Amino acid sequence: MAQVVFTFGDDVSTDAIYPGRFMATVLPTETPQFAFADYTELNTKLKAGQVPPGSVLVAANNFGCGSSREQAASALKGYELIIVAKGFARIFLQNSANLGLRTIICPDIAAAEGDDLEITATRVLNKTRGTAHPIVPLPKARQDIIDAGGLIAYTRKRLMEKHAKA
Amino acid sequence: MGMTLVQKILARATGQRTVAVGDVVEPAVDLAMSHENGALVMNQFFEIYQGTGLEPKVWDPSKIAIVLDHRVPAETSKTATNQKKIREFVASQGIGRFHDIRGDEGGICHQILPEHGYTLPGQVIVGTDSHTTSHGAVGAFAFGIGATEMAGVWSLGSIFNVEVPATVKVVVKGALPPRVLPKDLILHLIGALSAEGANFKVIEFHGSTIASMSMSGRLTLCNMSVEAGATSGMVPADAETERYLREEAGVTGPLDMLAPDPDAEYARVVEIDASTLVPQIACPHTVDNVKGVDAVSGVKVHQIVIGSCTNGRLDDLEVAAEILRGKRVAKGVRMLVFPASWRIYRQALKQGFLADLIDAGAVIMNPGCGCCLGVHEGALGDNEVALSTTNRNFKGRMGNPKSEVYLCSPAVAAASAVAGVITDPR
Ligand code: SF4
Repeated sequence: MAQVVFTFGDDVSTDAIYPGRFMATVLPTETPQFAFADYTELNTKLKAGQVPPGSVLVAANNFGCGSSREQAASALKGYELIIVAKGFARIFLQNSANLGLRTIICPDIAAAEGDDLEITATRVLNKTRGTAHPIVPLPKARQDIIDAGGLIAYTRKRLMEKHAKA
Repeated sequence: MGMTLVQKILARATGQRTVAVGDVVEPAVDLAMSHENGALVMNQFFEIYQGTGLEPKVWDPSKIAIVLDHRVPAETSKTATNQKKIREFVASQGIGRFHDIRGDEGGICHQILPEHGYTLPGQVIVGTDSHTTSHGAVGAFAFGIGATEMAGVWSLGSIFNVEVPATVKVVVKGALPPRVLPKDLILHLIGALSAEGANFKVIEFHGSTIASMSMSGRLTLCNMSVEAGATSGMVPADAETERYLREEAGVTGPLDMLAPDPDAEYARVVEIDASTLVPQIACPHTVDNVKGVDAVSGVKVHQIVIGSCTNGRLDDLEVAAEILRGKRVAKGVRMLVFPASWRIYRQALKQGFLADLIDAGAVIMNPGCGCCLGVHEGALGDNEVALSTTNRNFKGRMGNPKSEVYLCSPAVAAASAVAGVITDPR
């Protein structure tokens, strides 16, 4: 069971997820402290360890729009959050697959803070409300990267294959 | 069935006769651009090689460009150290297209690439920056990627798992009225499409207005296409592309003037009559919150910004200088000007535009991203309002979540600087 810890509207930008002023910090081990830095309550809870891994952020359309900064995905990955949204912006979705951050595309998701969700392969079940919401599967291309354990592992494998052939 | 421009480019980059929308392809990359975030790319690049027993070596140092622009000169020791690591990496890997913090070669990446003739029609260009869409202005397929993806490109020279995007065709006809600029056109389009209206799609620009628009204006359009969610904005190469690349960018080699087929299939066609446009303003805190200038004229501003990869080129500085010549920036207003490159800075100096702006009270900053992303200089105070020619107005973008940013053309910015409130420049 996964609990919804925060809900957002449309167009949550990467400036909101990871403000530009912290962009000189790049290492995935260091970025989580600045996740949602300007949402003081959420940021404080995250840093205090009050949000267990596997907790869910629910958003509407176009989550992760704006800058390509990978820190936005690595900061959320640091807390092993799951993002369930009606839709995502392209670069953020790709960065998430590359880094292993779980993103669930769920066009008619309806959930409030505190709701308990169960995420299956095809649906998000809102246990609190007794509703079910279908998931749009990730494109196969992205799923392959996730299955390989992220883009670093995927690229490493490809690199080794290339050198084995050469 | 004919192909759109992006289909044609991807077919060629993958050695196929045709590709269909939705196909997953792995095109070879012609140009891979990074800026300060090259430091993170390096980190991921070395991680890929970990445990492989192979020596970390980029696939082709001649196809990698790195431009220091986001925090120049460095504002903290942390940034300076990252920039130093990048310099060392560039030297050890033999990367040729490196633009350091120097008056003879520096500027914003999205200006430096076209200006130096690195970007060509028909290329596949990736950059670790969302505004890499800019380079579609020369007829390339150019899009933003993350740092780890770029590390993959540096390793293998191709970009994995690209889905061939559908295309929105935007046809613009009619002459833009005086002091209505390409920025007003793209703001209008973003307002009409919404911030996600072109998500996962490419925008292809056509029509008589585009045909007679300079490369500078086309760069503005393609730059901001990402604000409608587009993977890339593209202008098929034409006479102006050739003129720009030959005369301004010094390209001497052959040009591949790839064009979409007349019977290409588009996801949507949007038609705009440019002659009816008025100056547009993107209001806080989303870029698609676009209104005609009338709706917000009179709003008091504290900081005016002219610059960035969107509107820091010579024609932008020219229109601002023209409006401000012999006038003064209103009391209580700071006006900051960031030319997009040092080449533009020198041209504007020579033509007297910078003197006009300084005489009016503007502060000329060194070329670079400046205050566009709120990390370096020109931050806003609590409850202050900025009117800026940059491309994003998200909450906190200019360094302070308690401030507001309105986006506009350089003509609106200059006229408003004089009045101290948002003003119609016509
Ligand atoms: S000027 Fe602004 S939008 Fe352009 S590259 Fe720099 S930070 Fe990004």
